Amino acid sequence: MTLHTDTPFTIAGRDFSSRLLVGTGKYKDFDETGAAIAESGAEIVTFAVRRTNLGQEDGPNLLDVISPSRYTLLPNTAGCYTAKDAVRTCRLARELLDGHNLVKLEVLGDETTLYPNVVETLKAAETLLADGFDVMVYTSDDPIVARELEAMGCCAIMPLGSLIGSGHGIQNPHNVRLIVEQSRVPVLVDAGIGTASDAAMAMELGCDGVLLNTAIAHAREPLRMARAMKRAVEAGRDAFLAGRMPRRQNADPSSPFAGRING
Amino acid sequence: MHIQLNGEPYPLDAELTAADLIERLGLAGRRVAVEINEEIVPRSQLATTRLSQGDQVEVVHAIGGG
Repeated sequence: MTLHTDTPFTIAGRDFSSRLLVGTGKYKDFDETGAAIAESGAEIVTFAVRRTNLGQEDGPNLLDVISPSRYTLLPNTAGCYTAKDAVRTCRLARELLDGHNLVKLEVLGDETTLYPNVVETLKAAETLLADGFDVMVYTSDDPIVARELEAMGCCAIMPLGSLIGSGHGIQNPHNVRLIVEQSRVPVLVDAGIGTASDAAMAMELGCDGVLLNTAIAHAREPLRMARAMKRAVEAGRDAFLAGRMPRRQNADPSSPFAGRING
Repeated sequence: MHIQLNGEPYPLDAELTAADLIERLGLAGRRVAVEINEEIVPRSQLATTRLSQGDQVEVVHAIGGG
């Protein structure tokens, strides 16, 4: 007997073997960033775009650690609260990466929740898609908004599991499943993953991938958690493909009744 | 002459190009992107783009984020 091979995980026309995408924030230093990302096996790595610190000694650059030749870089618009700022940030990122078009769009609603502002997100997506970007979009777990973003042409839909950096896991698995079932582009849970079982759950729901950052960076041992996340995503994917057993009300013995010595 | 550089006033004592500014900031050869008055200045045009009084200049780079 042999295992069926998985279908490729394709984002904007490129195939990837890892379904775990990771961020680069909140690490102790660049050494830890590089080591944790290597351990996670991630091939797509997201980063933020910020003003340079003027007048300060400019240390090593993140892009020296997360080399564009080794990883597919995914600039994000974290920290943007308007469509306009998000579009400007994407255009700066494209210039920074010599014309690289793949971006993670997120437009946030407020600083307490960092919840996606879907009105501004839709506006930004429209402008970016018209400008030739491949847009992976962070959004709420609202299936109607997700459908709208897909119809516009976004190349991946990324609903939150719970609030960014909260570690509360997937609060509404039913909505995530609805989005998975209706979507023809990849669906990734982005935000809220706290530990390996959360990542596995996303994959068991049928998500194509998981994007996380804090769960690794703020683990007591980030490298070990990076490995745990890699394995959880693989295990969850396999469990989804294998198809879980049906749930039953009562017990069902795994050993046969026949031939018991106390009969 | 003054420009706004990354949101702060920045005095210029001479006519400069965007490339001169990057050099002066110690960022020559670094991976940065430049925007003037909300328009991207492609790297190939930095040396020919002159800065003017009141220009809003942004110089950005990649940092850790999720």
